[in-house]
Amino acid sequence: MSVLGISGLHTGYGDVPILHGLDLAIDEGMIGAVVGANGAGKTTMMRAVAGILPAWRGEIRLDGMRLDGLPSGKRVEAGVILVPEGRKLFPSMSVRENLELGSLHPRAKAARARTLEQVFEIFPRLREREGQRAGTLSGGEQQMCAIGRGLMGLPRVLMLDEPSLGLAPIVVETIFDVVRRIRAEGVTVLMVEQNVRHALALSDRAWVLEHGRIEIEGAGREMLSDERVRRAYLGM
Amino acid sequence: MSDVYLQALISGLMIGGVYALVAVGLTLIFGVMDIINFAHGEFLMFGMYGAFFASVLFGIDPYLSAVLALPLFFAIGWTVQGVLIRPVVGKSHAIQILLTLGLSLLMQALAQFLFSADFQSLKLDYGSATFDLGGARVSYTRLAAFLIAMGLCAALWVFLQRTDTGRALRACAEEHEGALAVGIDLRRMYKIAFGLGIACVAIAGIAMTPFFYVAPVVGPKFTLVAFVIVVLGGLGNIPGAVAGALIVGVVESVGALVMPSPSLKDLGVYLLFILVLLFRPQGLFGAKGS
Repeated sequence: MSVLGISGLHTGYGDVPILHGLDLAIDEGMIGAVVGANGAGKTTMMRAVAGILPAWRGEIRLDGMRLDGLPSGKRVEAGVILVPEGRKLFPSMSVRENLELGSLHPRAKAARARTLEQVFEIFPRLREREGQRAGTLSGGEQQMCAIGRGLMGLPRVLMLDEPSLGLAPIVVETIFDVVRRIRAEGVTVLMVEQNVRHALALSDRAWVLEHGRIEIEGAGREMLSDERVRRAYLGM
Repeated sequence: MSDVYLQALISGLMIGGVYALVAVGLTLIFGVMDIINFAHGEFLMFGMYGAFFASVLFGIDPYLSAVLALPLFFAIGWTVQGVLIRPVVGKSHAIQILLTLGLSLLMQALAQFLFSADFQSLKLDYGSATFDLGGARVSYTRLAAFLIAMGLCAALWVFLQRTDTGRALRACAEEHEGALAVGIDLRRMYKIAFGLGIACVAIAGIAMTPFFYVAPVVGPKFTLVAFVIVVLGGLGNIPGAVAGALIVGVVESVGALVMPSPSLKDLGVYLLFILVLLFRPQGLFGAKGS
């Protein structure tokens, strides 16, 4: 039984359609990766699932419950949380304030102190930087803070949009280690990555998004050896 | 320092405190919604009329009116945002300016129609009482207005720093997409910001009614001064707005002394405004490049 299911999703910006009937279902406790060329609609899909961009048609379900039509706050509360591309932290606020803003709904707020402790355990660096303004963090630290902020909302599905973008290779390793750890905690991870090789190696399930639709789907490691994927995205 | 200058300094700080409360409301609305409310001074004017008639007709003390105004004008601001302002959030600045300027004219015309264009002032037993402060005369009502305004600015600051709702408001001001990602209800935040901003400016008006004239045209001067202050303090910066307001109050008050004609008293303020725009466009207290 899939935890998050998207079927027949159509959406876009203004009058311009980007997604033309996207179908995707991810099982509980998996790491899923969506890869594809720039402009294929990866970020658009994430934003539509998070409720930042309204869906034109189609369904988005969490455990069978319809999410489309709900405002973003309700989706966060239900457990579908986006860590947006470019982190989108609150730059003049402290790391701690950023993290606490991730836990606004009642259930997350009740668990705030405990979750904060877990986030600091996963990212000891954030504990050191607790009082520092988020805007003054390094790129890697900002990404940690953004993921931490997402975890503060007690996600069932955590969506990571380009988590490795602009980061040094060693920091990318740290972030991907954290993704594994998050899965081990029972959280389903759906990520969009331009670092295709890395993302496929890490993921249990992967999808290739082209022209607003899923064109190829398979187990992550198998995709690494898929002829079309290799040619188009791995440069082989 | 001679007595006249001390007197001007103290008067300037007193009125500057009231300006601060007007400006803080404007900057809060601007910060969260990215809209400049050109009808800001008209809400001040309606606050003044409310306190004036409450006193004249029902004998309600203006300071009691100030307390009652908090929930009342918060509700008015909440409603005005939901009905009138919401459709233009995120639209072009030209449309937003036309809307809030139009609202300003409408409210002035409505006040003339309802209350006549006459200048009125409230006569209170304690209205002219003063005390001596190192050779300067300080009126109790001006001191009270200053203290009310500063107290509210401080309360607003604590609210924005310490409560989840306050932090969510700042989050909206800083990063829209981030605010959506953590599930903040932007529409609700817009209403709260507008409600708070309107409550601040209305209470500033009410706190002035014991010593300031009431008229349908009282608003635009305050909108303009608040706008200057907000630019001085850095757009969306609340402590900056308070500091900017005190500076503007003092410059205006001392300016009236040193200018050759009292009618030039505002010149100093606008001179300061132009200098800041030329040399520190981010505001006196804004971070560079922000």
